[in-house]
Amino acid sequence: MKSLLCLTVNGRQREDAVAENMLLIDYLREQLGLTGTKQGCDGGECGACTVLVDDKPRLACCTLAHGVAGCRIETIEGCASTDGLSRLQRAFHEHLGTQCGFCTPGMIMAAEGLLRANPHPDQAEIRAALGGNLCRCTGYVKIIESVEAAASMPEAA
Amino acid sequence: MNALPDFRLFRPASAGEAVRLNTAHASSRFIAGGTDLLPNIRRGLFNPAVLIDLGGIPEMATITESADGLRIGAGVTLAKLAVDPRVVARLPALAQAALAVAGPTHRQSATLGGNLCLDTRCRYYNQSEFWRDSIHHCLKLDGDTCRVAVKSKRCYAAFSGDVAPALIVLGAEVEVLGEKGARRLAIADLYADDGMAWLTLKPDELLVAVHVPFDDAWTSAYEKMRIRGSIDFPLAGVSVALRRDGANIGGLRIACTGVASRPFAVDGLDVIAGKLFDAAAQTIVAECVDLANRSMKTTLVDALFRRNVTPVLARRLAQRLWNGA
Ligand SMILES: Cc1cc2nc3c(=O)[nH]c(=O)nc-3n(C[C@H](O)[C@H](O)[C@H](O)COP(=O)(O)OP(=O)(O)OC[C@H]3O[C@@H](n4cnc5c(N)ncnc54)[C@H](O)[C@@H]3O)c2cc1C
Ligand code: SF4
Repeated sequence: MKSLLCLTVNGRQREDAVAENMLLIDYLREQLGLTGTKQGCDGGECGACTVLVDDKPRLACCTLAHGVAGCRIETIEGCASTDGLSRLQRAFHEHLGTQCGFCTPGMIMAAEGLLRANPHPDQAEIRAALGGNLCRCTGYVKIIESVEAAASMPEAA
Repeated sequence: MNALPDFRLFRPASAGEAVRLNTAHASSRFIAGGTDLLPNIRRGLFNPAVLIDLGGIPEMATITESADGLRIGAGVTLAKLAVDPRVVARLPALAQAALAVAGPTHRQSATLGGNLCLDTRCRYYNQSEFWRDSIHHCLKLDGDTCRVAVKSKRCYAAFSGDVAPALIVLGAEVEVLGEKGARRLAIADLYADDGMAWLTLKPDELLVAVHVPFDDAWTSAYEKMRIRGSIDFPLAGVSVALRRDGANIGGLRIACTGVASRPFAVDGLDVIAGKLFDAAAQTIVAECVDLANRSMKTTLVDALFRRNVTPVLARRLAQRLWNGA
């Protein structure tokens, strides 16, 4: 059964008829076509589906769409602006934080959540914040270096 | 993972309304953070017709302080609990246990109530429907044989929530609301030693809040053994609270999780009160913890390892608290 869902996605207010049993990840990917958010393990184990809900990283595969009614949702598609890539996107690009790219949207959203709460994290804090995001390519070192680099860039892209 | 089945979703604004909705619908379940429930539903472990979302109930999402302690709403997230300054300063075991649950992103949605009411876990149960079908299921769900103890009439699935043992050593009580009103019970009494019926909550009851007393004479801590340091369920988890009385032990409480179908307080520790925390006391700690251990082959990691590691965790934690107290 569908009911009305009001929320903000990447800065845009929306009112959509959404099935009550729809997961946030399916709402974003299937209903809105925002396929940047990745479906990895699909069971809360890998972090690939991480999006921001009111500035906090959340797993879209373990969250009902109606569970975030009234909230501000941000996905990887909302990171870049007309001025260009966000500092995290640039840093991942410049510091080779991405290889196959599948975990990258989740990594960047988890890191974005970290930098909003703690603009100057040390390496231990970065490691802790990304502790739920799995990557099978990079060995994590380049990812951590990318987040460190982003944290040292000026806020505006 | 299966797609989610069709269900209705209700979002009550009060605990009373949540209880009423739950009573009105036979096949209903509460959903808090959903980090345990939604994957379980998608593995075909439950098939509710109605979910009652507890996320819109303000009275369940706050921490309030009184002279003797904290009342922590069941809907408070573990991320919030782990950094609350009162919890960090005066109830360290609780902050450490909350911080040890799953990964950082889970803790942003995961709630205290969901953690305390977590389903018990087993290598033969937390599997996809296809997988369970291939072994003809087990006693806990859809089958008639326990795969862990084949002749057993009961299920040994392990309670694997991190927070309960911390609340046990801190002397917490839970506040539950049912059709007939509210009641309070000691946290340990929320649980029964049965992998299929591990909660003593009645079908109509909702866990509303947890009351944790302050007692600054005690120090406390929580530690767990897990496969990956950043994300896994406890293979064994131990919480210790210690009160020092001059050169002697004033009191020692230990509780465990992950090694039985319920979290439990370790008995027999009274004998070391009034004594030094020396090698003899350490041996008693290790023996009492070992005696209470009920690890079974419910995890991929050997049960004997879990059994052996539990007293070590307890001894180390007690030593650390003793040194620091
Ligand atoms: C990859 C992964 C790793 C994990 N690791 C850990 C770990 O290390 N330690 C750990 O403890 N847990 C772990 N978990 C499990 C889970 O994330 C946590 O236990 C979490 O705290 C559950 O809370 P929740 O709010 O998400 O519960 P939900 O999933 O919403 O609910 C869990 C159960 O509790 C019931 N419930 C919820 N609230 C109430 C209430 N107020 N009254 C009555 N019943 C209620 C629900 O009906 C459901 O049966 C892990 C999960 C995943 C996916
Ligand atoms: S302990 Fe036995 S009955 Fe319980 S879940 Fe495991 S195999 Fe099934």
